[in-house]
Amino acid sequence: MAIATPEAVEARIVEALASFGPDIDQVTREATFEELDIDSLDLVELAQIVEDDYGVELKGDDMKNLKTVGDAIDLVVARAQ
Amino acid sequence: MRRRVVITGVGAVTPLGVGADVLLRRWVAGESGIADGEGACRDFDAAEHLSKKEIRRADRFAHFAMVASDEALAAAGWNGDGEKPYRSERIGCVLATGIGGLGSLEGQHDILRDSGAKAVSPLSVPLFMVNAGAAALSMRHGLRGPAFSVGSACAAGSHAIGTAARMIQTGDADAVITGGAEATLTPLARASFVAAGALSPSGISRPFDARRDGFVMGEGAGILVLEDAERAAERGAPVLGEVRGYASTSDAFHLTATEPEGTYAAAAIEAALRDAALAPAEVDYVNAHGTSTELNDSSETKAIKRVFGEEVARTVPISSTKSAIGHLLGAAGAVEAIATLLAMRERVLPPTVGLEQPDPELDLDYVPLSARPFSPKGERPIALSNSFGFGGHNVVLCLEGVASA
Repeated sequence: MAIATPEAVEARIVEALASFGPDIDQVTREATFEELDIDSLDLVELAQIVEDDYGVELKGDDMKNLKTVGDAIDLVVARAQ
Repeated sequence: MRRRVVITGVGAVTPLGVGADVLLRRWVAGESGIADGEGACRDFDAAEHLSKKEIRRADRFAHFAMVASDEALAAAGWNGDGEKPYRSERIGCVLATGIGGLGSLEGQHDILRDSGAKAVSPLSVPLFMVNAGAAALSMRHGLRGPAFSVGSACAAGSHAIGTAARMIQTGDADAVITGGAEATLTPLARASFVAAGALSPSGISRPFDARRDGFVMGEGAGILVLEDAERAAERGAPVLGEVRGYASTSDAFHLTATEPEGTYAAAAIEAALRDAALAPAEVDYVNAHGTSTELNDSSETKAIKRVFGEEVARTVPISSTKSAIGHLLGAAGAVEAIATLLAMRERVLPPTVGLEQPDPELDLDYVPLSARPFSPKGERPIALSNSFGFGGHNVVLCLEGVASA
């Protein structure tokens, strides 16, 4: 399992989100999922990736409150500690 | 009087290329889209037409449907992004598929087996559900009327068009985007059709030929825009033809084999002609189901003779689109209806490609090898398009072409 440093988590999440559709340079910490056209199905896929890589299990309630890419990165980093 | 239904736009993705016109042009030239025993859409690159998100959120069969629908709507003069000619709730979508997103289903099953249940994608069901194509078109084009898929195996494409026409006739919708899509060139589908004894061991699609030994599987989509004829005329829509008649019957005989005498296929042809208020002698062309299986081509020939009578049957040109592209299963009826409409417009009888050794038992005019001029008896050509499916489903469409310019 990968070490969940903030830099590593950010890089992984940005890469994953970009693979779902948006251009990678759109995927900044400040970008909202709405702007990126990332919906609930994408977030479930993101959760699968995060769990595989860092062993962090995210539930539906966790995901509901995420608005931006930065929110997701911070949550994964916090949970991994 | 019931509402008349016209076709105002068509689009296709087939083994002969991306586009409806290329399908007819290459078929008329006697070309085949079949290579290595399969009719794959080799010229189709989803990335040329769809975004990354659209590609990963839909199975290949829905990709075909989306691309063909863009062409059909553009041809009908419907701006893809702008105002539709009808209120969105008055536009339906009826799409056929034989199987649905089989490639996605197989892929997710591999993931389940190899990596466990938690690795299965949340997109799985929307990828492989049979209505994925109808849902994709509804969302892509903002179609908010009745939208669903029909399944009747290899008869489904024609069932979709017939159902769509009925929806307009009864007033449930003013326009319906319809057709079919299929993408089952997968290991499981190949193995399954081989096991059923339906797939050609030689890999050659030669309907009505003495050496025919089964069908060749193809993939692709055909999409048609159907509109209430009056409303279409009011908006000055381009008209490619009319759905004059539609009927379907079932053999209730065998899971996969057609009833050998073509009794109920004939009943469907008769009923479609009755629905169109036309006599057999008024038919100018029959686009056959013509699968290249021993049984279909024989029972279909018998069905045509039963309806037309031996003498008239011999005078009606018949050809099989499957000779050029293979069998597109749930998309077949839709693609074949499109090819028929375009052939009527171009006044050309497309050939049964590869029909070199006539079967002495099959003695009708199958337009072997080379296209011929199409001389309709009346001002507007009349054609039948036959589709028969596993399960014993028989569907016949009666299509009218346009008067010559």
